Amino acid sequence: MHIPDGYLGPTTCGFFYVAMLPIWTLASRIVKKNLKAKQVPLLAIGAAFSFVIMMFNVPIPGGTTGHAVGGVLVAILLGPWASCIAITVALVIQALLFGDGGITAVGANCFNMAFVLPFAGYYLYKGLSYRAAVDSSRRFIAAGVAGYFGLNIAALLAGVEFGLQPMLHHTTSGQALYCPYGLNVAVLTMVGEHVLVFGWVEAVVTALVVKYLQKHFSEIFEEGEM
Amino acid sequence: MRITTKFWIGIIVLIVLSPLGLMLPDHFKAGSAWGEWSVDEIQKFVGYVPQGMAKLSSLWNAPFPDYAFKGWEDKGLSYVSFATIISAAVGVIAVIFVLFLLGKMLAKKGD
Repeated sequence: MHIPDGYLGPTTCGFFYVAMLPIWTLASRIVKKNLKAKQVPLLAIGAAFSFVIMMFNVPIPGGTTGHAVGGVLVAILLGPWASCIAITVALVIQALLFGDGGITAVGANCFNMAFVLPFAGYYLYKGLSYRAAVDSSRRFIAAGVAGYFGLNIAALLAGVEFGLQPMLHHTTSGQALYCPYGLNVAVLTMVGEHVLVFGWVEAVVTALVVKYLQKHFSEIFEEGEM
Repeated sequence: MRITTKFWIGIIVLIVLSPLGLMLPDHFKAGSAWGEWSVDEIQKFVGYVPQGMAKLSSLWNAPFPDYAFKGWEDKGLSYVSFATIISAAVGVIAVIFVLFLLGKMLAKKGD
């Protein structure tokens, strides 16, 4: 889901950088208001977890690969605004040091994976686990559902961003200038592979970690968010 | 053991296991992620390289492209796995460094 350089035209790249600016500003303001010095290691762990879990490429035999983002889990534990900052840092490091995701596409990739994914997952989790006891099984199931939904909505967005390119940018003869696949192919493939395979990876990772924490470190669900 | 200690151990375990993210797709003959192809692959799939893509795709030269060392591609599995683990460690350290820097700027002192 890391859109590389060259797949999105300048309009789309610019649009998402501009869209992310107020989100990043607001996130740092909100985190500045709430973050305590002793919570900084947890924030760093969240970002490190998201970074490294994205390296675990899961294959569709004979087809493509994909991976979890860990973003919904980070949002459940740190709150959505802190998770936005944590995942943004992970994505920027991936782009700069490892060429995973384009420099021009940092805005779009952050919009999908550092904003929509954790926020959608977080509020779905909050809704589904509303008033659930700390040790309730409803809580880890909610986490799994939220992980699944969060990754799939991010995949849908990436699919739309890819798929709009042939319409936005093409030569007079009709050749695409950037991503050559239109909405029907891009959305269908991105959503399809995530709904069928990669979404489940995010769901299982999110649910298992929440279950483990419920059992061994339940106080983490009672502490304040950042 | 404190929860943060357990989390750090978890991160280290994930770093060590990170070559799995390379081996499994390789074993099951899975290609690139959808929409993350190189220009050569695009040429093969659609018969041409879109002009804008040709210009932008080489915009940035990452020091460890695809979590690997340049020139080590054909060195065999143990070398490639080693490069992946070092890449994971470098990335995690970079991420932690930036977050601690941001944390210093953002966090309230004293509590």
